[in-house]
Amino acid sequence: MKIIVVGCGNTGYKIVEHLSSENEHDITVVDIKSKIVQDIVNRFDIMGVVGSGPRMDILLEAGIKQADLLIAVADSDELNLLTCFIAKKLGDCQTIARVRNPEYSKQIHIFKEDLGLALIINPEQTAATEMARLLRFPTAIQIDTFAKGRVEVLKFRVACDSVLCNMKIADMRAMLNCDVLVCGAERKEATFIPGGNFVIEEGDLLSVVGSPSNVSEFFKKIGIKTNRVKDTLIVGGGETAYYLAKILMRDGISVKIIEEKADRCDELSELLPKATILHGDGTDNEILLEEGIEYCESFVSLTESDEENVLLSLFAMSKTKGKTITRINRTAYESVISRLDLDAVINPEIITAEYIVRFVRAMNNSYGSNIETMHLILDGKAEALEFHIKDNSPVEGKTIESLSLNPNVLIACIARPGEIITPGGKDVIMKGDSVIVVTTNKGYNDISDILR
Amino acid sequence: MNYKIIFNTLGWVMNIEALCMVLPLICAIVYKEDVTVFLISIILCILFGVPLTLKTPKNKTMYAKEGFIIVALSWIAISIFGSVPFMISGIIPDFFGAFFETVSGFTTTGASVISDLSVVPKSVLFWRSFTHWIGGMGVLVFLVALLPLSGGNNMYLLKAESPGPSVSKLVPKVKSSAKLLYVIYIGLTLTQVILLLFGGMSVFEALTLTFGTAGTGGFGIVNSSIADYSSYVQIVCTVFMILFGIDFSVYYLILLRKFKDAIRSSEVRTYLAIITVSVILITSNCLSLYSTVGEAIKHSAFQVSSIITTTGFSSVDFNLWPEFSKTILVILMFIGACAGSTGGGMKVSRIIILVKSIVKEVKIAVHPRATHKITMNGRLVAHETIRATNVFMVSYFVIFFISLLIISIDNLSFTTNFTAVAATINNVGPGLDMVGPTANFSVYSSFSKVVLSLNMLLGRLEIFPLLTLFSPISWKK
Repeated sequence: MKIIVVGCGNTGYKIVEHLSSENEHDITVVDIKSKIVQDIVNRFDIMGVVGSGPRMDILLEAGIKQADLLIAVADSDELNLLTCFIAKKLGDCQTIARVRNPEYSKQIHIFKEDLGLALIINPEQTAATEMARLLRFPTAIQIDTFAKGRVEVLKFRVACDSVLCNMKIADMRAMLNCDVLVCGAERKEATFIPGGNFVIEEGDLLSVVGSPSNVSEFFKKIGIKTNRVKDTLIVGGGETAYYLAKILMRDGISVKIIEEKADRCDELSELLPKATILHGDGTDNEILLEEGIEYCESFVSLTESDEENVLLSLFAMSKTKGKTITRINRTAYESVISRLDLDAVINPEIITAEYIVRFVRAMNNSYGSNIETMHLILDGKAEALEFHIKDNSPVEGKTIESLSLNPNVLIACIARPGEIITPGGKDVIMKGDSVIVVTTNKGYNDISDILR
Repeated sequence: MNYKIIFNTLGWVMNIEALCMVLPLICAIVYKEDVTVFLISIILCILFGVPLTLKTPKNKTMYAKEGFIIVALSWIAISIFGSVPFMISGIIPDFFGAFFETVSGFTTTGASVISDLSVVPKSVLFWRSFTHWIGGMGVLVFLVALLPLSGGNNMYLLKAESPGPSVSKLVPKVKSSAKLLYVIYIGLTLTQVILLLFGGMSVFEALTLTFGTAGTGGFGIVNSSIADYSSYVQIVCTVFMILFGIDFSVYYLILLRKFKDAIRSSEVRTYLAIITVSVILITSNCLSLYSTVGEAIKHSAFQVSSIITTTGFSSVDFNLWPEFSKTILVILMFIGACAGSTGGGMKVSRIIILVKSIVKEVKIAVHPRATHKITMNGRLVAHETIRATNVFMVSYFVIFFISLLIISIDNLSFTTNFTAVAATINNVGPGLDMVGPTANFSVYSSFSKVVLSLNMLLGRLEIFPLLTLFSPISWKK
């Protein structure tokens, strides 16, 4: 597919990284800064055009006439919308724009319809939604939902005194008597899709899949509390903080935001009358202690700087047993950060890239792609894909043991109307099922791709 | 430094060279010549190449320095192994001569040390011309087009091997870009072969002559170069030399039917303008030497296009021309063809940038506060490109004069030495005086041959890959 990405900031970079790793797209990037274009062109197998996105000649040079998709992720919302508008006029392509200003959030549908956008992405809002989900279920480091919320993939850390320590995965179901499946494990920097002989160790990050009720039962059995938090302390009052506070307060969670800039505090208090907005430097320990960080049930660091966020969260974790969420924008140091034992880390760029990759794959498979949902799990090293099984699917009506699967593929869950099945060898895949597959092989478009 | 990827790629280059030698082997079989020459050469390439390619390195990351070093090493290696057939067949028994001949082939120079071509077996002649064709577009471009090397980093290979001040892709994927270049290259080559066959040439003649033209190389298969062929053949060659000296992205634009964009390229326009002006000047200067005006135009057009594209064929002995005409030809040697073509020299686009820089400096001298940006094809030329062009120019002349000094030890005339260096560093082929179109480079000592071989490589790879290879900083950990 021919894709044009306008704007090569963090998000643009991440999108290009993911799409170019699939190796089947011709990608052209457009950015106004020649240095940035040069860097990204040297790093990936793509072409670059230097210039402003909405300029007609630039878009033509980038090949808008032949393009299938244009993704506008430049800094300014208005530029993105304008770029998409012009692109639509020049060529016959789908367009995706990033619009993140909360002031526009109520008129998104107007943009979408009148400018003919295929998708509008708002990384801040998506990140906030994800964070809110974690605060409702604080044990998890990452939660991804499938089959319209009927199946969850949930990542957590095995504590040192957990009953899971030294347990074989094959024995787990019998010993705990609950219907969940371990679909991924991370130990230090290695990631696996574990087989039955995998022995769980302290400190492992496990990803389990199952229906929400089964998952929470599983957590009860292994002795982890699953109550949602009652209050939260947010440092940094950017857009994500606004979206997050809004969602949390709707759920009745009390929110405190510490923001450094006085103007922004005024704005926030106007936008969020029920939240407590504090004007002060969030990186100042005294303020945090004064605001009772020790008694907070959760702490979210959302300042502009990744380094500050990491340090803040580490400080918070030393003071409180509550849930900590850290926002990281850059992904280059992922492996270092994962060694720090930070609780949950949210990366808006990865989430956005995930969204777009999912959209692109759906486009790619014009026969009504049967990918319903896609999430990157295990630190982005594996994909969890939900496929809708239609008539004549090569797996329909077959038992799982009769399928010859590719290596590194796990059928993690089958969601059937009225029932969620944790699949064993004898289970049959039927028409109308949603099958959740976990794999480290990337680029699957169709359920048939899992077969050898 | 990622040594594993460097040697792995080098191994693949050797395998490809072995593959390329299959063609002259077939030629030897067809003409019932000694097949052992190429069999041994192929085996040598494989013995060297296959062990290196058995294991694919895990770490495939390649940065600019690896790109430069792979390109420099590959070109030296193919030249060494490519000289084996010349030595085994006994045509050029000494190594330095054979190395000179092969480098001259791959770098599309066309300077020869063989004094009598009539005794050379056809398969060796075929290989000699075929090296032009391989070297014209580049071995690593071919490798990138064929091999499933991963990642965007291969762009560094293309950048290091392709000529011109700023190398860009035609399409987003390096692999597709490289394929496209070869498709255009092969397409143009076939067209010329067919046209030459119409002119009554044998398949062997048409192929070898086309290889020489396509790579802008200049090896002929008879002692008289092109002089004894019919006017039709000479005109076809003139046209195709000019075509192969044009930036290949122009052909891509034509394939896309973007004719307006294609004719807008200021580099191609300047290139054609230089050719036209030179032909007019030389024709009027040489008019007295030829019986008709048509004859004069034909020969001057042939020589001008042969020299500016750095091919080096000759339809007449231009050594006998008046000084004014000869000087024009020497200047054309330096200008060279368009960037992104198979031609050598300094490249027309660099000349344009340099001339525009002069205009800019004059303007700034008059109006010290003036802001002046250099543009080409309506686009701003990046500061980096201008800087690189200036540095290129300086290094070019430093190397030129050092080489001139070294080879003057052989005590030949100044014209001979000057044009010998100019003809090798610009990948032209023949120079003037004792290295003129009817003479050859065997007059030089082995040591000078090595210096001139290096000049050819420096010229073809545009200096910096080789400098990177030989400079200690790039090997430090």
